[in-house]
Amino acid sequence: MTKRILKFNIYRYDPDVDRKPYLQDIEVEVDATDRKLLDALVKLKAKDDSIAFRRSCREGVCGSDGMNINGTNGLACLADLSTFPDGKTIVLRPLPGLPVIRDLIVDMTQFFKQYHSIKPYLINNDPLPERERLQSPEEREELNGLYECILCACCSTACPTFWWNPDKFVGPAGLLAAYRFIADTRDQATNERLDNLEDPYRLFRCHTIMNCVEVCPKGLNPTKAIGKIKDMMVRRII
Amino acid sequence: MITVRKFDAVIVGAGGAGLRAAIQLSEAGLKTAVLSKVFPTRSHTVAAQGGVAASLGNSEEDHWHWHMYDTVKGSDWLGDQDAIEFMCRKANEVVIELEHYGMPFDRLDNGRIYQRPFGGHMSNFGEKPVRRSCAAADRTGHAMLHAMYQRNIKANTQFFVEWLALDLIRDAEGDVLGVTAMEMETGDLYAFHAKATIFATGGAGRIYYSSTNAFINTGDGAGMAARAGIPLEDMEFWQFHPTGVAGAGVLITEGVRGEGGILRNSQGERFMERYAPNAKDLASRDVVSRAMVTEINEGRGCGPNKDFVLLDITHLPPETIMKRLPGIHEIALQFAGVDALREPIPVVPTCHYQMGGIPTNFKGQVVVPGKRSQNEIVPGFYAAGECACASVHGANRLGTNSLLDLLVFGKSAGESAVDEMKQSPKPHKELPTDAFDRTLERLNRLNTQKDGASVHETQLAMQRSMQKHAGVFRFADLLKQGVQKILEVQKDVERTEIKDKSQVFNTARVEALELDNLIEVAVATMVSAEARKESRGAHVRDDAPDTPERPDGRDDVNWLKHSLWFKDENRLEYKSVNLRPLTVDTIALKKRAY
Repeated sequence: MTKRILKFNIYRYDPDVDRKPYLQDIEVEVDATDRKLLDALVKLKAKDDSIAFRRSCREGVCGSDGMNINGTNGLACLADLSTFPDGKTIVLRPLPGLPVIRDLIVDMTQFFKQYHSIKPYLINNDPLPERERLQSPEEREELNGLYECILCACCSTACPTFWWNPDKFVGPAGLLAAYRFIADTRDQATNERLDNLEDPYRLFRCHTIMNCVEVCPKGLNPTKAIGKIKDMMVRRII
Repeated sequence: MITVRKFDAVIVGAGGAGLRAAIQLSEAGLKTAVLSKVFPTRSHTVAAQGGVAASLGNSEEDHWHWHMYDTVKGSDWLGDQDAIEFMCRKANEVVIELEHYGMPFDRLDNGRIYQRPFGGHMSNFGEKPVRRSCAAADRTGHAMLHAMYQRNIKANTQFFVEWLALDLIRDAEGDVLGVTAMEMETGDLYAFHAKATIFATGGAGRIYYSSTNAFINTGDGAGMAARAGIPLEDMEFWQFHPTGVAGAGVLITEGVRGEGGILRNSQGERFMERYAPNAKDLASRDVVSRAMVTEINEGRGCGPNKDFVLLDITHLPPETIMKRLPGIHEIALQFAGVDALREPIPVVPTCHYQMGGIPTNFKGQVVVPGKRSQNEIVPGFYAAGECACASVHGANRLGTNSLLDLLVFGKSAGESAVDEMKQSPKPHKELPTDAFDRTLERLNRLNTQKDGASVHETQLAMQRSMQKHAGVFRFADLLKQGVQKILEVQKDVERTEIKDKSQVFNTARVEALELDNLIEVAVATMVSAEARKESRGAHVRDDAPDTPERPDGRDDVNWLKHSLWFKDENRLEYKSVNLRPLTVDTIALKKRAY
């Protein structure tokens, strides 16, 4: 089958050897069995083993290989090589807004700190029933579009508000998770969860820019979830 | 320089088994470290799709004893019946616990957990398919892994994220005292000194060229155990999942067939009717995979090269597909370029699951043959999930039993460790003076290697050898050559070289160290497979044909026994299968038919 040369321009930085970050131009030959950007990156790494990036499932469910691809955040394992025009350089950068550890690997501490801050676990203090807690199919459907988040951070690192206030604004991923528990009929901590977000920054800094919706590789809509939380906040006051 | 840190318990791996064990230890108030080379929700449990088995009976009558029968039969009688009874009886409890943790299971109209049929799961001792698989759409593993990670946040579990465990620490008496590990971000070395060490490191499906497994499935626990003198059990048994996307290898859940999907050959024929008249497309995975390969070998494959078959769901209502199988619809679009609502999906059997592993009993304690018994406990060492062999899957695992395995045995390993520490509290045993030698030697060798072998090329050579010599069907002569080939590859693994010498997040070094683990599993597989001169479950040889005395080539007189492979000189020992359940009668040997 047809072989093809792909040109890359990749952000490189290894604090162990580099005084400052630089951009590297590098090419790699791929064939018809290489469908996705991740396949090409694996071939690149075989050529130059110092290129560092995270990857695991290669099918878009583990959330490891989020990166900035030609200016847009996405997962390398879902970016189809056929969508890159022939001869045009593919520009790869680490996810923006987070400190770079090395090359395409960012330090996600701040991202997970915000996720943890919304208490991402079911809170229900009733005595445990012997069997499952009941939930109707309609109630369960409320969780669709919320529970599927893979914590890849594509959304939060595409959000200008998160860039400016990563320590104060929860960010789209964390807020989506917050609403996932608020929307769960089994959870009893709605008020506590709303209190936790009642602050000028944590929730209300979202200016509905909607970058999060555009980049989410799972097609989720954090902005909608944020809107629902805001509604609940308002209704709680009046 | 190695810094020593002391914990009550160290868990290696934060997939389903590791997280379930961690809940047990953290909630018991023990000082626990969970090491994972990836952020917990990136572990491969996340990719499980179709469900977790439990005889809840939410849609129709079901019983753990039926589930036990199916599992023994599925294992082709190689599974230990005490462990199988234990797992099937515990299933309802651990699934209900998950629901209480907040797992978003799909629901029935009456509000109970939704259950779907799955391969090999039958009612009334093998009569007809039963709805036993508890599912969250086709994202059950994702929903489960996140729910358990979330429960661990609540329990304040201490995680060491992106730390690679390197070697097991054992003293002269054979007791396990912890692991050495590397913090990937800094390259710094540590030892985790612990009273209990629990391995939950997952499988090693990346020994094969075509695999549904993630890049991280490199058999780290098996490799560490093997280097420390622990044998690996039943490594010849690898599950080839019938439906990996042709070319890409990405998994398409058996739940697709559970929801009514049908496999078809190039003539459009529903060929499974010929191979499994009763269960048809929902026969056991080994049976379906062999049927598919037979169809392809006999010229009834599809596509220009006639090298795949088709998984057809176009007759299902689009609502069902979008509600129950939304992830599959997405995967088919992404990796096969087909809209599954309108076109069938090209699929091919793909390496999926390691039935064998580190030998344990049903309490999750690691056991090895000794002077007193064939199952002597290794003090301080536990294992659960795919890296372990309890043995509940025997020669072939049933779908949905892997998620059940990691819940039940993750929990029981955690409980055993807690009980041991609470009932007989002891101080930490002293670390031996040579505790770090193996790790330091490996790293030193890798860092100073000149004119060595490429990690990438060596890994490919291993994967191609495994694919060719130990596939769905196995041939005596190919297995013999395979042993020679894999031993040659092993020599290259001992001289791999990396160009990147950085201390900071050195993924080249990580991959080289992972290959050290993969090769142990590959050698164990090839050597054990070559030696087992019968057909059983997923291990089917050309020189063990179907005869009246040995139906389907299974030789219970000589081979109803577990293989134990020792790294030391590739020695094989065998131990008997436990045919005695805990409370019920033995499920008697019989020919397996679906």
